[in-house]
Amino acid sequence: MSQSRIRLERVTKRWGATAAVDEISFDVTPGQFVILLGPSGCGKSTTLRMIAGLEEASGGQIHIGERDVTRLPPGDRGLSMVFQSYALFPHLSVADNIVFGLRSRKVPKAEQRERLAKVAELVDLTDYLNRKPAQLSGGQRQRVALARSIISEHPICLMDEPLSNLDARLRSDMRREIKALQSRLNMTVIYVTHDQVEAMSMGDRVILMQHGRIVQDGSPDELYNQPASAFAASFIGSPAMNLLPLVQGDQGAVIDGEPTTTVAPLEAAGGQLGIRPEDIELRPASEPGVPATVLSEEYLGADTIAHVAVGTHTLRVRLSGKHALTGQACCLHWAAESAHLFGTDGLRRHDLTPVQLLSAHRSIPRPPFVGSFQH
Amino acid sequence: MALTAHHKMQMYGALLLLPAAVLLAAFAYLPTITTVIQSLFLPGFRGAPSEFVGLENYRFLFDDAKFWKVARNNLIYALGTIPASIALALGMALFVNGKLPGRGLVRMAYFTPTILPMIAAANIWMFFYAPQIGLFNKLLGALGFSGVNWLGDPSVALGSVIVMSVWKEAGFFMIFYLAALQGIPPELKEASDLEGTSRWSFFWRVTFPLLMPTTLFVLINALINAVRVVDHLFILTKGGPNNATKLLLYYVYENAFSFFDRTTAATITVVILLVLAVVATLKFTILDRRTHYQ
Repeated sequence: MSQSRIRLERVTKRWGATAAVDEISFDVTPGQFVILLGPSGCGKSTTLRMIAGLEEASGGQIHIGERDVTRLPPGDRGLSMVFQSYALFPHLSVADNIVFGLRSRKVPKAEQRERLAKVAELVDLTDYLNRKPAQLSGGQRQRVALARSIISEHPICLMDEPLSNLDARLRSDMRREIKALQSRLNMTVIYVTHDQVEAMSMGDRVILMQHGRIVQDGSPDELYNQPASAFAASFIGSPAMNLLPLVQGDQGAVIDGEPTTTVAPLEAAGGQLGIRPEDIELRPASEPGVPATVLSEEYLGADTIAHVAVGTHTLRVRLSGKHALTGQACCLHWAAESAHLFGTDGLRRHDLTPVQLLSAHRSIPRPPFVGSFQH
Repeated sequence: MALTAHHKMQMYGALLLLPAAVLLAAFAYLPTITTVIQSLFLPGFRGAPSEFVGLENYRFLFDDAKFWKVARNNLIYALGTIPASIALALGMALFVNGKLPGRGLVRMAYFTPTILPMIAAANIWMFFYAPQIGLFNKLLGALGFSGVNWLGDPSVALGSVIVMSVWKEAGFFMIFYLAALQGIPPELKEASDLEGTSRWSFFWRVTFPLLMPTTLFVLINALINAVRVVDHLFILTKGGPNNATKLLLYYVYENAFSFFDRTTAATITVVILLVLAVVATLKFTILDRRTHYQ
């Protein structure tokens, strides 16, 4: 199984003077589903293509298993890849597309047929083997691309935004299907995406990148609950985390434009306070907390996103159910554990903890009534 | 008469087609029809009306050894120019589609023969082929070989004309191949690289099949050119020596404007048209089935 261990050491890709990937190092253990996540242009696809051998690294080393593959051609690295555009051969039937690589590797005809039947069954394409790619739907083409990489029986599969050409419903089906296939075949997968939903739902481990560097490398849970920087905080979660600039107040740091409530120790001033929309409670204006006014709301079915003005800033609050609150004055409350502090450089301040807001009902246990003003 | 919306629409469509239809009829269909009619008549002498002779002209033509000689020349010319120029065009397109320094310059250089008028190109090649002072014989002389009379020797002349035509045509076909190659997504190459597919195997299994529509198009064009383009003969050989380089269309020209034998010219023209139509139909029906259009 150590054949599928992937190790990157200070891997760099430069185009002229700009570094698209800047000395990246990480280590993927066999059977892991690793997500390379980041906005477009962050170097995640370039990193994947360097692992595949489609792009030559300008510096650093890539190891697969015990071998240094940095200068090896793609075909000798023992991995398969699923492309965003699927890269199916339009003139070949589904069957010929799937066994394309086996023919290149001169696998005997009988074995080709056997493996084809097995893989077609696995991805549910048995009835479509004689069709051309143009006669398939987007989801079926995606399956052909998956089948082509599964049939090679390489322990490593690289995926470059494989779901971005599918519609939303199909995407969620395929997410589950890919994840199920991966654990069933015990493949090592490196999966590039800019979609944080895919990252959170599929990954065992998420590597978040920005400007060619790794911002955070951890489990989806860590990225959500302990974002390493303001960028990580704003990238994970939908709607994104609220980030509010902090300024000096009388007793500590306060939200810019809202000097009445201290929300963090004085040292946090100049940095940012981050709170997820789902961690904020709306309470009647009479209760203690951060005074605010509801500007508007978006009803999404299961929940409502309220846009709330605090000081000179707007933040989003997620309320379950349907609410009509526009124009009302209210007061915001959140637990100190769910607030995050980021320094002037955007990095998480591990040394500081946010101030616990006063709460009228602090000592009385009560059922949650998120967003509701009624008792 | 009340026009329904449907009739109005049809009228509208017909009117839109009219300009093209008039031009085509006046300059393509009518001349074709009159040529066919002309090939069925013998002109009368001294003002006598022309006489309908049916297929007599054709029988006369097929009995003519010179016609068969010219037809054979044209067949050799087609077999010599079409595959060679297409293969060369594909090779050049693959070469300039890759990464190489000064790619734009090389592409332009390959395309230059196409921009040159045939007459100018033929004049240049006259100097290459000239017996004493020509480039080829100078080079051969420098290497210690005796020269060849490229255009004067009946056994070499047709080959010399073919070489020049291939040089002229290949650049033109290359442009079509280059455009088609650039339409092939680069991921296909990457996907096959990941499977360790060799370059040679990728070309035959992916590139060439995907270029089939272009090949078919180029093939038809090359066939038509093999019969249609005879400008270079006027400069290089005038069909000689001893009819060794005479091609069908040049023979038509000679009959019509040197011998003023319009009837024979019309008869040969109809034969050419029929042969071209049959070959083009065959190509489309046989190759089309094996061609993948995207």
